[in-house]
Amino acid sequence: MYKETDILKESSVEGNLIINIGPQHPSTHGVLHLVVTLNGETIKKVEPHLGYIHRSIEKMCESLSYRQFIYVTSKMDYLSSHINNHGCAMCVEKGLQIEVPPRAQVIRVLMDELTRLSSHQLWWGAMAMDIGALTPFFHAFREREMITSIFEETCGTRLTMNYMVPGGVMADVNTNFQKSVKDFIIHFKNKINEYDELLTGNIIFQNRTKGVGFISKENAISFGCSGPTARGSGVSCDIRKLYPYEVYNQLDFDEILEPGGDCFARYLVRMKEMKQSISIIEQLIDNIPDGDFQAKTKAVLKLPKGEFYSSVESARGEFGVYIVSEGGTTPYRIKFRSPGFSNLSALDFMSREGKIGDLIAIMGSLDLVIPDIDR
Amino acid sequence: MQALTNRLKLVNRKPMTFVEKLYLWNILKGMAITFRHIFKRKATINYPEQKRTFSPVFRGLQVLNRDEEGKERCTACGLCAVACPAEAITMEAAERSSNETHLYREEKFAARFEINMLRCIFCGLCEEACPKNAIYLSQTFAPSNYSRKGFIYKKDDLLIPHPKENPDAYAKALGERKKITN
Ligand code: SF4
Ligand code: SF4
Repeated sequence: MYKETDILKESSVEGNLIINIGPQHPSTHGVLHLVVTLNGETIKKVEPHLGYIHRSIEKMCESLSYRQFIYVTSKMDYLSSHINNHGCAMCVEKGLQIEVPPRAQVIRVLMDELTRLSSHQLWWGAMAMDIGALTPFFHAFREREMITSIFEETCGTRLTMNYMVPGGVMADVNTNFQKSVKDFIIHFKNKINEYDELLTGNIIFQNRTKGVGFISKENAISFGCSGPTARGSGVSCDIRKLYPYEVYNQLDFDEILEPGGDCFARYLVRMKEMKQSISIIEQLIDNIPDGDFQAKTKAVLKLPKGEFYSSVESARGEFGVYIVSEGGTTPYRIKFRSPGFSNLSALDFMSREGKIGDLIAIMGSLDLVIPDIDR
Repeated sequence: MQALTNRLKLVNRKPMTFVEKLYLWNILKGMAITFRHIFKRKATINYPEQKRTFSPVFRGLQVLNRDEEGKERCTACGLCAVACPAEAITMEAAERSSNETHLYREEKFAARFEINMLRCIFCGLCEEACPKNAIYLSQTFAPSNYSRKGFIYKKDDLLIPHPKENPDAYAKALGERKKITN
């Protein structure tokens, strides 16, 4: 816990300087407040202070019905709102033991992977921007725009989709969906090579990221890291592989592991994951089965008494939903396990004894979304 | 767990040559890619002069619908307010008198109907819940106002223009999203 006296103690050490980064700092991607203890240029300690965008979503969900609460969760990790909705819908389905029709399952996976792509694209641009290369940001947004247009076509909005509902998806896909996804894939396959050319091979970028923010496999596990952050340290933690949901066990894709443990390894994981997502989408896009897009559900959902947990692999790691039900129409308690929160906890460890400039690179490589951390 | 100390991994880098140290080649390579894009098609449009078309399912501001004769469809049943996760909708019901039959479709109507656009998350649940097809999400978006109070949209703001008296405005407000169904 942060106490004022801690700061006084730290600052009383000879040569220590305490600076605040954020909550209004462009490189923190939102309202993250970091209290950094510096000695010269060397980081002695990083303390993240949260709460600037706390909306008490968990508490709010307790007063919402099982249909309604899913819609609020889009606002947590807004860059992968489909996946948030997916996790919540899955948890409710688990409680009600609803079988999701195959068509809905495939649509869900397609949407998840498109979300992952768009999220990683934005991360790619943002990380490059953190390090000082502004142009990639515009490149990334240009391609991301195509995905948001695909989402808009089918789901009706561009950011907070609210498309997954208990039992399936809200509406059938647009008739144009397959064509626009295929167009996008063809377009993006060229672009991802350009991404590599522009940034991955660049020696300036490599010098800024290689060996920076190292975290070993054991430490990544003990900090509870997940997603590309952990896989960049060689921890196998892909929920899609370990606890397959929907149609993931029928698909042919690799879990990307990089043993490096530094920013560059995390970067490579995400770049390769984009290619895997493309391959998943290619496998599924021509094979959307016919049938219902939504299972028949009751108008009022009542979960039986008990506790339910389900997790999905979001673009940032394991996103878990834990519902305690008393048998009513609203959850008794709900808890979200957000990947960003655990990943952020490793930030202090990663950046100690590093230079202040590296802190920004490390933060970029963690791919933090603050509303997801604060909830 | 090991103590939190310096554990930066030392990377074995081969020393850079002088040419590499200049970083010139890499800068030029990046610049070449960037400059190539100058001659490509522009990715942006000049909003607000140009506007992109929205998909038919786009979820924008709500509209209270009328039927072909211009009667209001809403019966103030309150189902949309119950369904709303953001608790953005409030209403007051009133009973129709005999000389108001040309105004309202059913016996009961909404005397007051408010949506707080600052609370609304544009989820579309109200549209799904409405049994009378009275409310739907249009393609209008990005409202602006001078005060928070102005964002509480009253019935006048929400109601679609009269199809007989003002057909152009009616068609515009209707958009492509919903064709009228009875
Ligand atoms: S808009 Fe529809 S759901 Fe809402 S009160 Fe009117 S009739 Fe009922
Ligand atoms: S769109 Fe959703 S949040 Fe907005 S008024 Fe309708 S139900 Fe409420």
